[in-house]
Formats: sequence, structure tokens, C-alpha cells
Amino acid sequence: MASHVVEIEDAKTGEVTQAVYEHPFIVRLCHWVNAISLFVLVGSGLQIFRAFPSFGAKIPQKDLIHWPKAFAIGGWLGGALQWHLTFMWIYIASGLLYVGYQLFSGNYKQILFVPRDVPGVWPMVRHYFFFGPKPASKEAYNPLQKHAYTSAIVLGLLSVLTGIAIWKPVQFSWLAWMMGGFHYARLWHFLIMWALIAFVFGHLVMVVLHGWSNFVSMFTGWKKDPEYRPE
Amino acid sequence: MTEHINQKKFKSMSRRELLKLTPMVALGAFAIPQLQAPLLKAGVGFSDWASGVLFRSGHLAPTFTDAEVAPFDKFPVNDYDVDDPEIDLNNWKLTVAGSVEKPGQYTLAQIQSLPKITQNTRHVCVEGWDVIGNFGGARLSDFLKMIGSATLAPYVTVECADDYYESLDMATALHPQTLLCYEMYGKPLTREHGAPLRLQIPTKIGYKQAKYLTKFEVASELYRVGYWEDQGYSHFYGL
Repeated sequence: MASHVVEIEDAKTGEVTQAVYEHPFIVRLCHWVNAISLFVLVGSGLQIFRAFPSFGAKIPQKDLIHWPKAFAIGGWLGGALQWHLTFMWIYIASGLLYVGYQLFSGNYKQILFVPRDVPGVWPMVRHYFFFGPKPASKEAYNPLQKHAYTSAIVLGLLSVLTGIAIWKPVQFSWLAWMMGGFHYARLWHFLIMWALIAFVFGHLVMVVLHGWSNFVSMFTGWKKDPEYRPE
Repeated sequence: MTEHINQKKFKSMSRRELLKLTPMVALGAFAIPQLQAPLLKAGVGFSDWASGVLFRSGHLAPTFTDAEVAPFDKFPVNDYDVDDPEIDLNNWKLTVAGSVEKPGQYTLAQIQSLPKITQNTRHVCVEGWDVIGNFGGARLSDFLKMIGSATLAPYVTVECADDYYESLDMATALHPQTLLCYEMYGKPLTREHGAPLRLQIPTKIGYKQAKYLTKFEVASELYRVGYWEDQGYSHFYGL
């Protein structure tokens, strides 16, 4: 896919910097709406979890984790459910709009992890974690990034499906059944949350490492001086 | 062909793109105290509306084998006030009122004269735990026929000996698994499980399934929804 590229000339020095329009408006909008709703859903979800911080039978109850109230949203179970039942719709809407846009625009090709990306994963891991050389790339996203973003979208979908199975274990009993029953649906929902938190953590580390122009691009769409050579 | 622009142009392009994100500010309304409560109420209201749409009268909640039923002593008890509101079980009657042809006082024997249904279903608590139990009682739909209820009335409400109160949409009240429950595990309801009569509704969350029933009404309007609902819980909470 041809990217929209401009060359910016500094009036004083005459220096030329490249900038690429990397994130279309819908992607940026969905990114931030999704970030906010994920934050609210995790916070309120943990408050809901505090009402029964365990998995399995209520009697005998074995509390798995005591999650501190300070790191939860909603104040009490009823309040947390209000946030959860409200933001789940915003989360779903932003997810559907994002995926729909990516498919419609063909933009998904940038981030969809496909089999031909597999050989590129190890060199990127070596670069990030073991100070190996940085593999050259003509694409906006390297194989490891594609893997991370594709996984995040799959996790997002699973978070919604497991959530539906907990919210509607009768109307969608087949969904709860597929997840191993109501008990397991609740456990999967919880584990998928942690997987998403792990993604966000890694994502934020990368944002810090890649600097300001990369961060700004998720607001303006334009990335100045990209690390890759767009075609 | 790459476009050449100056820095000023790039800044204005970037600013224009940034401004496109202004609709995001709308989400900030959730941070304004005066707007937060009505917005969350609307969100829960939308979820309740969706729950109503998703409810299917003919769709049965999963039922389980006797082997899957939790032992009686592992069936949790949640109350909001007391485990035993000290009902005089010998003289207990259910007061029936509202849009019905035969209002008045109904004895347990009258309710037990209706066909008895027993079912192994899952009880799901809003707290997150669940338990499979064995329940016995009369279909609420049969009782509604007995009292000559207007089935087009939208709601059924109940009041309880512990001052708890609840309401149900008529579609759920008429669901074949919705019971006026007087037995658990083949024995009369124990005091902590709501003796002598409780609602048992496999298609609803636990707090809808009121215990210690004393009054039953068929209503065309709700002036209150339920003990927990009126404090901010979901009104419909169908499973």
C-alpha cells in the first residue's frame, strides 16, 4: 500500500525531513476511545472481581487475590457494574469500527501477522532483547509488532466473547459451553484481561523507547522522520 | 512523487489532523460529577434494553444431572438483612393484589395444588459465584392463571418479610422455568433459603430471586424496581 509521504524543508537550514501519514483518522479515534474504555473496563472489572475474588465454588471460599480498592473503579460492586455495563458498549463499538475500517480500507495488511512474517520474528526479538542488529524494513511495522497488534485484536475479541458468556450464560449458553462452562468463562475473561494488560505494558515501553515523533503520530497521524523507508 | 512542503505547512496539517480528534472530548463528560450519574444510568439502561431484546421466551436455561448438583450445605446463602425474618410458617399467606381477577390471601397448600416442577439449574450471583441447585415449586405462569392475572400487564412485583422487594418483566414471569419455589433438594425451603416461598428464576441474576414472599402484585406501572436496583443495580439483569 502506498503511503502518503511528504518532505519538509527547514526554512533556515534547508534540511529536509521525511514525514509519513501513518495513522488514518478512524484508527487514531478508535485507538484512544479503546484505550480509555479498556482502562475503565479493567478498573471496574477488578472492582467487580473484589466481590468474589476467587474461582470455583463459593463454599468453601478461598480468596485468590486481595485486590486493593485503590486500584479499582466504581467504589462498590453496583457502581463498578455501571461503569462496566456502560463502557463495554463503547469498547465494542470502537472495536467494530476499527476492525471494519481496517478491512474496508485494506489498512489491515500493515499490521496483520501472516505466515510470511514468521521468519522475521526471531531477528526482531534478538534486536529488542539481546542487542542484536536492527533488521532493515520497508514496512511500517516489523514482524514482532505485527504479532503483538494482531494478538491484541484477537484478545480484544476474546475479551468480548468471554464477557458475553458471563453476562448472558443462558441466552448464550453455547458460548459459555464452548469456554468450558460459566466458571471457566469467568476465569478466561480474567486471564484475557491480564494478557491485555501485558500487551499495554509492552506497548507503553515501546512508545517510550521510540520517542516523541512516534507518540505524536497517534494524535496527528503524521510521523516525522520514520525509522523505515516508505515506498 | 513526494510533496515538498515547509515546516509551517506541516504544522498546520498536523494541527488539522489533531483537531479531528475533538469528538473524543465527549468522553470527558464521564469525568464531570454532575453528568457521570445520568450517563452511567443511560449505559445501564441501554444494557437492560439489550437484555430485554436478547431474552427469548422459548429458550430454556441449561439444566443439569443430579450428579452435577452442589451438595445442599455448599449452596451459599446471601441475605441483605437477616437470615430469618421469623415468619410464622403455620399462618403464612401470600397476599395477591393488582390487575388480577381473584385477589386475596393464598395459602401454601393452594400454591402446592398447582403442578409441581423440579429442576436442576444454575444460580448465578451478581458477585460472580454460581452454584447448581435442585429446586421445586409451581410455575409462576400457572399461578398467574390461578389468580386470573392480566398477562398483558407488564410487571409482577413481590414484597418480602425482610422488607426486600423485587419486580419482574411479564415475559420472564411467564417463562416455563420461572418458579414460585417452596422446595430445595426435595425438602421444604429452610429459613435461610427463604421459607416458605421464594422466586426461583434460572434466567435471572440471583438478586431478582426474592425470598420470604409475603405479597404478590400484577402491576401496570413500577414506582420502585427492587431493593438493589433502586441503589443502582441493573433493572433487568437477565442471564
